[in-house]
Amino acid sequence: MANEIAKGKAEPGCAKVDPILVADNVVRQFGGLTAVDVKHVEIPRGQITALIGPNGAGKTTFFNLLTGFDKPNSGNWVFNGKELAGVPSFKVARLGMVRTFQLTKALSLLTVMENMRLGYQNQKGENPLAAMFRSVWKKQEQVITETANELLVRFKLDAKKDDFAASLSGGQRKLLEMARALMTKPTMIMLDEPMAGVNPALTQSLLDHIKDLKKEGMTVLFVEHDMHMVRHISDWVIVMAEGKIVAEGPPKEVMKNPAVIDAYLGAHHDSDLGSKKKAGK
Amino acid sequence: MDQILTNALGELLTPMTAAYALAAIGLAMHFGFTGLLNFGQAAYMLVGAYAFAMSTLAGLGLIPAILISFAASIVLSFILGIPTLRLRSDYLAIVTIAAAEIMRFIVSTTGLNDVTGGPQGLSGFARDFYAINPFPAGEYGFWAWTMDEKGLWVRVVAWSLVIIAALFVAKMIRSPWGRVIKGIREDEDAVRSLGKNVYSYKMQSLIIGGMLGTLAGIVFVLPRAVQPGNFGTGLTFFIWTILLLGGAATVLGPIIGSMIFWVLLSLTDGLLSAGVDSGVITFITQNQIGGIRFMLVGLGLMLLVIFRPQGIFGNKKELYFNG
Repeated sequence: MANEIAKGKAEPGCAKVDPILVADNVVRQFGGLTAVDVKHVEIPRGQITALIGPNGAGKTTFFNLLTGFDKPNSGNWVFNGKELAGVPSFKVARLGMVRTFQLTKALSLLTVMENMRLGYQNQKGENPLAAMFRSVWKKQEQVITETANELLVRFKLDAKKDDFAASLSGGQRKLLEMARALMTKPTMIMLDEPMAGVNPALTQSLLDHIKDLKKEGMTVLFVEHDMHMVRHISDWVIVMAEGKIVAEGPPKEVMKNPAVIDAYLGAHHDSDLGSKKKAGK
Repeated sequence: MDQILTNALGELLTPMTAAYALAAIGLAMHFGFTGLLNFGQAAYMLVGAYAFAMSTLAGLGLIPAILISFAASIVLSFILGIPTLRLRSDYLAIVTIAAAEIMRFIVSTTGLNDVTGGPQGLSGFARDFYAINPFPAGEYGFWAWTMDEKGLWVRVVAWSLVIIAALFVAKMIRSPWGRVIKGIREDEDAVRSLGKNVYSYKMQSLIIGGMLGTLAGIVFVLPRAVQPGNFGTGLTFFIWTILLLGGAATVLGPIIGSMIFWVLLSLTDGLLSAGVDSGVITFITQNQIGGIRFMLVGLGLMLLVIFRPQGIFGNKKELYFNG
């Protein structure tokens, strides 16, 4: 399994056979705190990659940096052959790297359908000079609506399409956000905690949706705390702790890695607190 | 009594009511649809009034004068928007309210007497406008709405502009452009994550709403002189009042809101005045009425915001959800 994705041994920062995203020396400091300090990481194309780590490991900050929602102190990264450092978030999205948010951002006072339509790219009617003339964008709007309808059926939100997004349940909002991101026709989709706050009944369908994304050829990178989910659907796992990448590998192997156990349980969880010899940090 | 009623109902169609409606439609674009906190709509009106008056007094025709006003309005939008639209919305509020006051003080300085008329303001600039009046001299209308040919001409133009502005905003809002704008109101980052240039859209909204404010400024001064004192913060807050009264995220709301506002103001004034004259109201004097009526209107607005926060035309459903 490791050999299909990584070149050589699975270790932090290892090279991939076919990376879609390569990041180097990405550093983000908040005052004196270094939230993210990633020396080198490659995300494999067409695979589902999980980014895990304890709270405060810098996963979401790293997400924000990659997608242009935050600016790093230093570093550069290349997505699909394009240098992305310093590129504003909306341009990152246009290049095909689309994200969702940990705290779901459904546009509450827009209907579910309007939420979906908004995701479509290169809309003629979004130009203020063309907006006045319905004939200019009417045809495209029909195409958009059809695309949206198909996705809504797939995500079982079609019955809700004329309701305000605010009336959806937490889990449905997660689904809507994912469906809306798909409206942009992304090449890589980044999901920030897709399972947070989703009831168990919806979990399975969400998992299936994520697996479907891979089948359609998309690259998926997601942040998650739910280990069951990580084991179940990811092809590759990257572990962060204290802003750094501490381990990488296929899910089954990475869970046994001592660095991961240290990150989650603390490096000294089985050592005598009296002896300070091994205290690295 | 009849006099009080006709005075109040006459307010329905005055150019003043139309001007406030136009400015409120512009503010609906800013706040109601895009979520921009513009507390300087008076500045846009000031720009319209002064740019129009100064251009026509300099001998330019009506069309060039209006185009110059729009150009000045767009420049103002850039000045206000470039530093603030990347920041949180409260910063725009502070900058706009300060800018409006700065501009009012600048145009009223005596040092600029030759250009802006200083504290006296400008007059005699609307001659070209009344020169193209197609209505022959005479008396028009009936009952509460009787007027001379000048009054008719300015009302026809003012209300035509209101209708055009309302249709324009309604069309824009129902387009994909309007969808992006409303999305920004709900959550900027979500819209950004879908590949939209949020900053550019906010600027577009600021410019469009500002131009409507500028147009309102021109309509506002057509039947009167340009006076710097008219463009204080009070003007901005009346427009906000009208907007919230009618419903912030509606197109019809600002128009009806403006009508209700001016009718109510005239009605309270007339009733209080009659009450004092006839000895029914003994605890206030005639010259306190001006202040008291604003207190009553303020009280009415507080009740409205408490019991009908979505405004008269707002959609009650939108209030079931808090974000």
